[in-house]
Amino acid sequence: MPKFTVQKLNTFYGKNQALKSVTLDVEANQILGIIGPAGSGKTSFLRTLNRLNDLLPDFRMEGRILLDGEDIYHPKMEPVMLRRRVGMVFALPVPLPMSIYDNIVYGPRLTGVRQTSRLDEIVEKSLQSAFLWDEVKDRLNSSGLRLSGGQQQRLCLARVLALDPEVILLDEPCSGLDPISTAKIEEALTVLKSAFTVILVTNNTMQASRVADRTAFFLMGELVEYGWTDKLFTHPDDDRTNSYITGRFG
Amino acid sequence: MRIPPRFSQGIVVSILGLATLVTLSILIFIIGFILEKGLPVVGLGFLFTLPQDMGRAGGIFPTVVASILLPLIAVCIAVPLGVGTAVYLTEYTRESAVTRIIRFGADCLAGIPSIIFGLFGFIFFVTILRMGWSLLSGGLTLALMILPTLIRTTEEAIKAVPNAYREVSYSLGATRLRTVWRVVLPNALPGIVTGVMLGVGRSVGETAAVIFTAGSSLRLPSSIFDSARTMSVHFYILAREGISTENAYGTAAVLILSVLAINAVAYGLMNRFIRRRS
Repeated sequence: MPKFTVQKLNTFYGKNQALKSVTLDVEANQILGIIGPAGSGKTSFLRTLNRLNDLLPDFRMEGRILLDGEDIYHPKMEPVMLRRRVGMVFALPVPLPMSIYDNIVYGPRLTGVRQTSRLDEIVEKSLQSAFLWDEVKDRLNSSGLRLSGGQQQRLCLARVLALDPEVILLDEPCSGLDPISTAKIEEALTVLKSAFTVILVTNNTMQASRVADRTAFFLMGELVEYGWTDKLFTHPDDDRTNSYITGRFG
Repeated sequence: MRIPPRFSQGIVVSILGLATLVTLSILIFIIGFILEKGLPVVGLGFLFTLPQDMGRAGGIFPTVVASILLPLIAVCIAVPLGVGTAVYLTEYTRESAVTRIIRFGADCLAGIPSIIFGLFGFIFFVTILRMGWSLLSGGLTLALMILPTLIRTTEEAIKAVPNAYREVSYSLGATRLRTVWRVVLPNALPGIVTGVMLGVGRSVGETAAVIFTAGSSLRLPSSIFDSARTMSVHFYILAREGISTENAYGTAAVLILSVLAINAVAYGLMNRFIRRRS
């Protein structure tokens, strides 16, 4: 069974329609890359999967999204519980203005983990999975804001991993990072997919071709093409996909 | 003929500098004048002994106590109400006609002269609720007086917290209450404290609203149901009735120094707090 099943999804911000009848399945333990030019609805799609769009007063959606067969917009579904299962890393690294340690245990503490030894364990494990442990293990109590941009983004990834989610959404996580930091994040993602389902929105077409198992191409709110990354990058079915990945527009 | 830029720049800088200089000198003159007149009578004895003969002799101990208690009561009442209101308006409601009316009301209240609050406090707390002239009536009245400013400063402080922090908190599975408590309020704290300090400063110096509600008894208050005289009321009475000019200036000097001290302490605490978090 697919991890996420998206059926005929339309989303609106006020009068603007962001997504037009998007239907796709997200397979578990794979990286789904989402590419497309700015304004194509990539981020809107991502934020619908953890119901972060709910925070916007004029957001509206139609269609169905199933997580493990469960409708995530069902009235009985608690957005808070959903977001613990579907973690998110934002485009700009946003460490909360507290220590590295507190940033990571923010989520676990919300679920009621109080025991210090257990929290310490979570912190070490998450930081290691995000390839950040060696760089910060001696200063866990210093502020997350003092880290470099690349380290901050890996801290944000570690913070999501600490939730022990099932799905990780990443919204252009490397857009503000240098190539080395980008490589570290990509390395972390390819390791992580064995345990998680990863959905990676990226402006960088090459990044999708490097790490994604499957790739979806969005254009002006429509899902133009979706399939195995190798196939989509070598023999795209749609001319628009071809134009985009060869850099003729976007 | 055009004035050369360097010359016009010079004129602007001197005008702005002069304005600053005039403002600062007036401020320093007032403070210096009062301290010069008042400090000679101020000493530990003045601060910690009871007044005698209506304040002609002796110290001002009861008024010091009242000046600490009254703002304290006011702040204890106003902070939960004000911060609660501000959080509700910013985090729990969406902009609508109702929130705009509430905000407009708060702005109007902030502009009402304090003596009107005094009159209201006298009629409502002192007379109708039969609290009499007491620290409690005065504290409640002052709380009402500082509430609008507190709500507005807190609101602005909360609005200044980057939305990204809220999104991160929600995306990590936090509820709204958690997000407000762990992320929004700590980041808004410097602004909230500024609002509280403004309120404390206003209450310490307030005379009109206090004289109607806390009364002007010179005895040392033994409970919040006792009438008491604050330093500012004491100063007003000493000067107005011509009881003792020296002691009036002495009281004024203590008042000014305590307001300065409150601000300095608040400023220091704030800086420490900000440094700890970043």
